[in-house]
Amino acid sequence: MSGDHAHELPFWRKHIFSVDHKTIGVQYAITALLFMLVGLLMMLIMRWQLANPAQAIPGIGNLLGEANAPGGVVLPDFYNQLGAMHGTIMIFLGVVPLAVGGFGNYVMPLQIGAPDMAFPKLNMMSYWVYFVGGVIMLASFWVTGGAAQSGWTSYPPLANIASFGQTIWLIGMIFLITSSLLGSVNFIVTILHLRVEGLTFARLPFFVWAQFITSFLLLLAFPPLEVAGILQLADRVLHTSFFMPSGLVISGEVLDIAGGGNPLLYQHLFWFLAHPEVYVLILPAFGIVTEIIACNTRKPIYGYKTMVNATIFLGFMSFLVWAHHMYLVGMSTKMSMFFQITTMIISIPSVILLTSLLLSLWGGAIRYNTPMLFALAFLPMFAIGGLTGLPLGLAGADIHLHDTYYVIGHFHYVVAPGTIFALFAGIYFWFPKVTGRVMNETLGKIHFFFSLICINGVFMPMFMQGLAGVSRRLWDPTQYAHAQPTQPLNVFILYAAIGLGLAQIPFIINFFWSAFKGKQVDNNPWQATTLEWIAPSPPPHGNFSKVPSVYRGPYEYSVPGQSDDFWLQSDEGKK
Amino acid sequence: MSEAVIKHIADPHPVTGVTNSKLGIWCFIASEVMLFGGLFSTYILLRTGAGADWPIGSDLLNVPLATLNTMILITSSITMVMAWASLTINKFGAYKKYMTLTVLLGVAFLIVKSFEYGMKFEHHIYPSKNNFYAIYFVMTGLHVLHVIGGLVVNLYLLLPGSKLWHKAPEQFMGRIEAAGLYWHFVDLVWIFLFPTLYLL
Ligand code: HEM
Ligand SMILES: [Cu+2]
Repeated sequence: MSGDHAHELPFWRKHIFSVDHKTIGVQYAITALLFMLVGLLMMLIMRWQLANPAQAIPGIGNLLGEANAPGGVVLPDFYNQLGAMHGTIMIFLGVVPLAVGGFGNYVMPLQIGAPDMAFPKLNMMSYWVYFVGGVIMLASFWVTGGAAQSGWTSYPPLANIASFGQTIWLIGMIFLITSSLLGSVNFIVTILHLRVEGLTFARLPFFVWAQFITSFLLLLAFPPLEVAGILQLADRVLHTSFFMPSGLVISGEVLDIAGGGNPLLYQHLFWFLAHPEVYVLILPAFGIVTEIIACNTRKPIYGYKTMVNATIFLGFMSFLVWAHHMYLVGMSTKMSMFFQITTMIISIPSVILLTSLLLSLWGGAIRYNTPMLFALAFLPMFAIGGLTGLPLGLAGADIHLHDTYYVIGHFHYVVAPGTIFALFAGIYFWFPKVTGRVMNETLGKIHFFFSLICINGVFMPMFMQGLAGVSRRLWDPTQYAHAQPTQPLNVFILYAAIGLGLAQIPFIINFFWSAFKGKQVDNNPWQATTLEWIAPSPPPHGNFSKVPSVYRGPYEYSVPGQSDDFWLQSDEGKK
Repeated sequence: MSEAVIKHIADPHPVTGVTNSKLGIWCFIASEVMLFGGLFSTYILLRTGAGADWPIGSDLLNVPLATLNTMILITSSITMVMAWASLTINKFGAYKKYMTLTVLLGVAFLIVKSFEYGMKFEHHIYPSKNNFYAIYFVMTGLHVLHVIGGLVVNLYLLLPGSKLWHKAPEQFMGRIEAAGLYWHFVDLVWIFLFPTLYLL
């Protein structure tokens, strides 16, 4: 532990309002994990409703409140609230804060040899703004009319006329966006300015590269969403008509508004953010997986430079594909042609990243520990998710698939068994750095295998449902003749989802048990090469006892002529 | 020894040539460009969608007051530069004078703006009247928020924040420069807003 402190900070400065990037990283990670648990529970409620439409949920059904689930039966409005909030929580309060706020904050400064982030106070502020945004989001369940219920995309005009919860959602989003913006400025400055001597961009661990590009995406893509949010807020609170067309009829009456607005404008602003946002979800995952694969195959990453270039290109292209989410709004064929072409182009760098990692396995002496298992599973899972994206990117196929369960299957494969598996891999991998103890391997493997089986059980059937034409956001699919043949799959998914929930129990036990009772290890238990592993575990305030210098690239494993099979970046050695 | 020493707080980075805070403020401005870029795109889309129904700004808005406000903001940008320049030649008193002027001009801008808004409200003109007023109020309103933000920062640097000058003059000058960049950006936004909303 950090015993060399002349003055100890009081508890609240050290653990609550801390400016140390490591404490903030852990705060982010734990908050995000809790939100993800909440998101998972919401999903289970929805899954029950889909498998057993309009039947009371045994046990917890009565806890949901008379207004939401009278007699334990989820009402359609409440189902919509759960849907919208599940998406919002998972993306904006779970995965991104864990991947960027958690891992980025904790690992990135260590990997570049910095004592902290460039703006520690700003860093603390990002976390607390995020926290308040999250609390606002959750609190919206208790306002009149309940939480937002127009999907995580909040399309107007529906969202404009939704109940008060939507206003709260927008305010919450403004907090979350602000937090991301502050964070991304901090990341960019830190990576550009605080690298130690010798750590050139060509020697930067891929994880840092991924965080760097991600920060640019956050910095430049979030403001247009903020615009969308502000304008929708104006529509709702000031009764403007930015997104409201003239002559809109609701419940048989023409709405008394100025009109003249354009609902499509919202979709453009939204997807201008939200497509880059999907790369915000995936790039840090690639960063984590790359570190783990290099370390556990004991060999350099295949095509590191190509991967870096692909990532830069990906970041750039991600601003040019947004309207592939909008093929069905009636855009001209020229427009749709443009976005089909850019979408096909952007899948190339994604495939490059995946292929490089796959080829990195070739001839490696692979160590199958828990982090590596999660990292290995990430590869085919992301591949399924990415490949199913291609038909969606082609307007002809998308006419059939848009807004069906196929889309749900597609993006969940990239985000859940993709990104979330990578995040689990990262937790198992860097846990010894944060606590000085490794997580239990047996529990880890139980967690891994059950999660892998169940998560595929949850998402694979969705492709079949989607191909059969079943729409997303249905409260009771059995009301549609074409959805009835695939209804048994919903029952199957429910069991798989419950299994997935149960599979997290070994993880939760492992997490807390290992933090206090796990096996103690030295600073570099995986015998990895990057700088974070020369710092003490856990690193003290200021991170390194002596500022390191860097002499070589990040993945010098099994270098011929070296006595060890790993060569630390900070090891001067002979050339 | 493990006290965190963060590099490039006062000394520029050899490659980028700027300090942390200056790089940070440039990144922040980049995101602000995207914010106002989104708003200007919205304006263009709404206007092209409305066709001939869209009013001409000068028929509805108070151009003389807005011109006055343009002058005020440009002047405040100049006094902001003078404040920074005074520090470079080590004249702390002059800095205080110019910074006070900058703050006062910012306040003057807000007062003029509130007259303008007030006159609209008197005639029962609110954002909900039509999309022209909607975008007018939202864009100028967001700009006003940015002015208020700048004022708070400048006021801080004028009063309690100026103690740093005696401890770490380089770092203090860096802060003034960063605040100045932001202030010029707010000024620049207005310079785009003025013709777009009031004249065209
Ligand atoms: C690799 C190539 C990819 C392609 C070609 C692709 C293509 C698409 C297309 C065309 C859609 C719109 C489908 C529709 O609404 O009809 C879509 C939806 C989506 N994709 Fe992908 N995608 C790819 C990768 C990813 C990745 C890496 C992620 C996230 C990590 C992701 C997340 C999403 C999400 C969240 C949606 C649904 C949004 C919604 O409507 O709620 N995609 N994808
Ligand atoms: Cu997309």
